[in-house]
Amino acid sequence: MAYSDKVIDHYTNPRNVGTLDKSSHKVGTGLVGAPECGDVMRLQIEVDDNNVITDAKFKTFGCGSAIASSSLATEWLKGKTIDDAMAIDNMDIVEELALPPVKIHCSVLAEDAIKAAINDYRVKNGLEPIELEKSHH
Amino acid sequence: MDLPIYLDNNATTPMDPRVLEAMLPYFTNKFGNAASRNHAFGWVAEEAVDYAREQVAKIIGATEKEIIFTSGATESDNLAIKGVFEMYKDKGNHIITAVTEHKAVLDACKHVEKMGGRVTYLPVKEDGLVDLELLEQNMTQETILVSIMYGNNEIGVIQPVKEIAAIAHKYGALFMTDATQAVGKIPVDVNADGIDLLALSAHKMYGPKGVGALYVRRKGPRVKVTAQMDGGGHERGMRSGTLNVPGIVGLGKACEIAREEMASEALRLSSLRDKLEASLTELEESYVNGNKQYRLPHVANISFKYVEGEGLMMAMKDLAVSSGSACTSASLEPSYVLKSLGLSDDLAHSSIRFGLGRFTTEEEVDYAIEVTKKAVNHLRELSPLWEMFKEGIDLNSIEWAEH
Repeated sequence: MAYSDKVIDHYTNPRNVGTLDKSSHKVGTGLVGAPECGDVMRLQIEVDDNNVITDAKFKTFGCGSAIASSSLATEWLKGKTIDDAMAIDNMDIVEELALPPVKIHCSVLAEDAIKAAINDYRVKNGLEPIELEKSHH
Repeated sequence: MDLPIYLDNNATTPMDPRVLEAMLPYFTNKFGNAASRNHAFGWVAEEAVDYAREQVAKIIGATEKEIIFTSGATESDNLAIKGVFEMYKDKGNHIITAVTEHKAVLDACKHVEKMGGRVTYLPVKEDGLVDLELLEQNMTQETILVSIMYGNNEIGVIQPVKEIAAIAHKYGALFMTDATQAVGKIPVDVNADGIDLLALSAHKMYGPKGVGALYVRRKGPRVKVTAQMDGGGHERGMRSGTLNVPGIVGLGKACEIAREEMASEALRLSSLRDKLEASLTELEESYVNGNKQYRLPHVANISFKYVEGEGLMMAMKDLAVSSGSACTSASLEPSYVLKSLGLSDDLAHSSIRFGLGRFTTEEEVDYAIEVTKKAVNHLRELSPLWEMFKEGIDLNSIEWAEH
């Protein structure tokens, strides 16, 4: 199976690889997936007082599409408000990276990671976590 | 050095030019049907088939009358297992095999179960070898066949076939072995090993795809299999269908070359393999899978912990290898062979199989080492699991969300 140029680009030159201070109240961390399933994503966001995401970092254990999906997600997150970030849909990632059907789960995982990071941030700051629909699992 | 480099010789091998040369005339001017008994075209083809039968018999210490030509090892496995079951089912209905067998054996056994047979799938030890005591415990008066592969396609371990055959025979059962990965790579002798049926394939030993053979013992005991293909009664009635003369000539030639060059080639390949393994296990948290003493000379299966195999292969551009991870399959299940060694799923997902071959050079192996090391390090930089490991976090203590 051939990868799209965009997947190869993100895989070869991943954006925003790294770690933010997860103890900071400004940072939300989402860790999704499982080693047994062959993919684990950790996505972190740093949020300012205006609810704008000022920084995003990721690390991913998984195939090229999983790495590219999370790399793309961090690119998209930076500069977005939390509300706009919540609206990112996995199918946007599928479309942008031209993921084949067998790799759609990678985009689902990236969407889950975004939402998990946002919820972690909300809980840390005394807000209710947002109810997530788990329909696509 | 040309790129990409082919290191997947357990999947298939390139054809040796000497094999191709031997085959070519049988596509064109020597095109006869080996079953045409009444003219020269047929005689020429028949003579070539007879010669190939001798070449194939010789590499496994058999006689030419014991060789049945097939379309490959999958067909040979099917013919052996279903054919023995149908032929001997009045004697007993029990077959023993192992969980690390090739799908051709496992699925033929599943078919036998549907036909009313009972099949025991033996687990293997951590090093991939069959536990002989466990085998013996499972033998019954009903056991008609024990089918255990010679060398494993994923991890390369060599089963103690001689001991397994002895146990099978002690209980009056036949012993069959899928020797697809072993024949042509290591010495195999059906008499010394006590083999009653043996499957082999041309394309794993530098011959053409689409041709293989089944060895069926003729003496002590005389083994029979029920044909699975009805037709003109070719191959002593066991496998009907016009013989693939060019393919058979190629298989014969491939066997001849392999037999002549095996000893020196095994030494060369095992030294290259050892170099590859020694260099790659210099990387932290990398492990060789399978028994390291009893194994084929040309296979190395290594798990690089905390990186995922498919992602890793993508970074190993210009290297054609294979992975125990199956991220593309719907089930996301990693290799059943690696899992049956007791490897956790994450380690199975992290494995790469390197299969060296006749045309692999030291320069290529050196290049592969360099590329693999770089790729593993690159992916570990990206791996949250590697970071956790480095921070001393026990990954088993984390509640992962299975998906």
